[in-house]
Amino acid sequence: MMPMQNPFRVFLSGNEAVALAAAHHNITRGTGYPGTPSSEILPALHSHGVAAEWAPNEKVAAEVALGVAFAGGRALVTMKHVGFNVAADPLFTAAYSGVSGALVIACADDPGLASSQNEQDTRSLAKAAGIPVVEPSDVQEAYDYTRIAFRISEKWGIPVILRLTTRVCHTGGIVSGTYQAEPPPVLAFTRPIEQSVMVPAHARPAHKVLRGKLAAIARWNNEEGPFKVYGPSDATLAIVTSGVSSLHAQEAAPDASILSLGLTYPLPMDRIRAFTKDRKRILAVEENDPYLSESLRAAGIPAETNPESFRHGELNVVRVRRLIAGQPEPDAPPPRAKPPALCKGCPHTQVFGLLRDVDAIVAGDIGCYTLGALPPLRALHTQLCMGASIGMGLGLRHTLPEKEARKVVSVIGDSTFLHTGINGLIEMAYNPPPTGHIILVLDNGTTAMTGQQENPGTGRNIDHNPARRILIEDLARACGIEDVRVFHPTREADALRTALAEACEDDRLHFFVARQPCVLISGRGRSQKTETANCPTPASA
Amino acid sequence: MNPSPLNIKIAGLGGMGVLSAAEVLARTAFNSGRDVKKAEVHGMSQRGGSVASEVRIAPEGGHIQSPMIPFGEVDYLVTLAPEWEDIHMPELKSGAVHISTKAIDPTRLPSIKAINVAAMGILSTYLTEFPESLWIEALDASFAPKLHAGNRQAFAYGRSLGKPV
Repeated sequence: MMPMQNPFRVFLSGNEAVALAAAHHNITRGTGYPGTPSSEILPALHSHGVAAEWAPNEKVAAEVALGVAFAGGRALVTMKHVGFNVAADPLFTAAYSGVSGALVIACADDPGLASSQNEQDTRSLAKAAGIPVVEPSDVQEAYDYTRIAFRISEKWGIPVILRLTTRVCHTGGIVSGTYQAEPPPVLAFTRPIEQSVMVPAHARPAHKVLRGKLAAIARWNNEEGPFKVYGPSDATLAIVTSGVSSLHAQEAAPDASILSLGLTYPLPMDRIRAFTKDRKRILAVEENDPYLSESLRAAGIPAETNPESFRHGELNVVRVRRLIAGQPEPDAPPPRAKPPALCKGCPHTQVFGLLRDVDAIVAGDIGCYTLGALPPLRALHTQLCMGASIGMGLGLRHTLPEKEARKVVSVIGDSTFLHTGINGLIEMAYNPPPTGHIILVLDNGTTAMTGQQENPGTGRNIDHNPARRILIEDLARACGIEDVRVFHPTREADALRTALAEACEDDRLHFFVARQPCVLISGRGRSQKTETANCPTPASA
Repeated sequence: MNPSPLNIKIAGLGGMGVLSAAEVLARTAFNSGRDVKKAEVHGMSQRGGSVASEVRIAPEGGHIQSPMIPFGEVDYLVTLAPEWEDIHMPELKSGAVHISTKAIDPTRLPSIKAINVAAMGILSTYLTEFPESLWIEALDASFAPKLHAGNRQAFAYGRSLGKPV
């Protein structure tokens, strides 16, 4: 619930602070797809009484949010960094069209890959798209900068990215302030066709409008944009930084002059130039891509080129000390902790045993079941991105010698299937390989990996209340797949093994669903309240 | 120069209550008026594998910068999985206190799941700046009401095992 006292002082995670700020900002609707470390924003937003929902994927979420913003509303769409790739198609062109209300994209990067398949830097994508980026460093700024992001979006009619990282999303800290609600937006469809239909004749001038907006925002950023300075004002070492890297730098280099930027695209280059003037040494402290250091050098500001080793992994106080000391050698490997593993009693373990029995080549996907690739199972053989198991499995079937092709099985979870696997199902129906194919959906009734969120296949909404349920096997039937069957992978293990073995031998298309609830939700009452980062998870005491 | 914060690391395996214990500790510090940060990683790394949470508490009037404890600066290490505790020893500052659940007799707990709360009971006897009432308030705020009585029992048992007065 929103804090009732005003002024307020609360202990929140960064994600909860984003949600609180959005609620205080009187936003119209939140949508998104779960992805560590962004997943707790929408449930927290919903708990404040704001309309919030899970979409089947980030592209649909971004499009719903764009509809809200075209109608004059204020929309928040949440995703992890790789989710931005899925949403990129509408968002790149939404930068041209602009928005009537406000659209903020909370996009959470994962430097160091705590729970992701790559280390991409949203700042680089934002620059490619021409979408401004606001970067909070801690929980207080997560609150303050979320509100600033909405103001920028509304003032210039442009989508704005709120770039978060793991250590902003999942750090608990104190947020205080005086809560002032934003007046509600005016809801109406008043957009001219020329600004809302991006045919070439409209998009050419719209691109020029975008560049004009970015130039205006850069000027504002120089004069009034969000930034903070730390340390003495005249140190020989000037550090330019943003996000959580700023906090590490403040602790590692108390004697340096630090410029901590809040709006990192478009950059306030005049402010940076003035701050770094006549310094002996200029260093950009940043995670992932050398975005700041390259931008500074391109503008003629002689920032150092950071050693390549610092673009990998998270920064921390010790690494920033070493960066400043010019020690680029790779870090000592962390001590070997216990690697992640499927839970005791997980139905996926059972299924991977069966896949091993039939010697399957498993084209895998994103979810807990990706852990099937690790010892002792080692029964999942490819994994790149959400939904790829089906397309890649079909490509393998088309290409491998027949004996091997017959062993290829696409294995995908329920939420991932509904996210982007469904397009692969259509491809299988339309372009079947000569040896046929097998899709095996592991339906555990939840989006387990990211914290057991609901999805369109669970029959429940973001708050776990009943919703229309999409039956995955009905989608396969609608596509004309010949053999559609549902198994309980534990109680019907023999039948599923036989079905897989026979399906590998014939040339037909098969769609099997292994349906057994995740052990983390099987004891859960349907009325259980939404989890947030600050509530004990079902797995803990 | 910012005076040194109190650096507490809680480590264990997924499902042992590492994150809940850190929540109780951070809320206790928050309720006392101190600046506090709590850092952890969720998602795949949490699934059945090692889980750790780092809590940094500022001295009165001070503030916390990085949410992560610099390597070698842990003042208090709380380990809930004794077979995995050795890997954290290099992270300790010299003179640091290590609280291990090896000291806890599970038969004295209302449930083995309350072992994290008992460990916080032990820790509480070292952090004398926070009165017991603040801990109880944070415990109640972090768990469902049906667990409150059992948690108080586990916490009191932990305190009985703590630093000799």
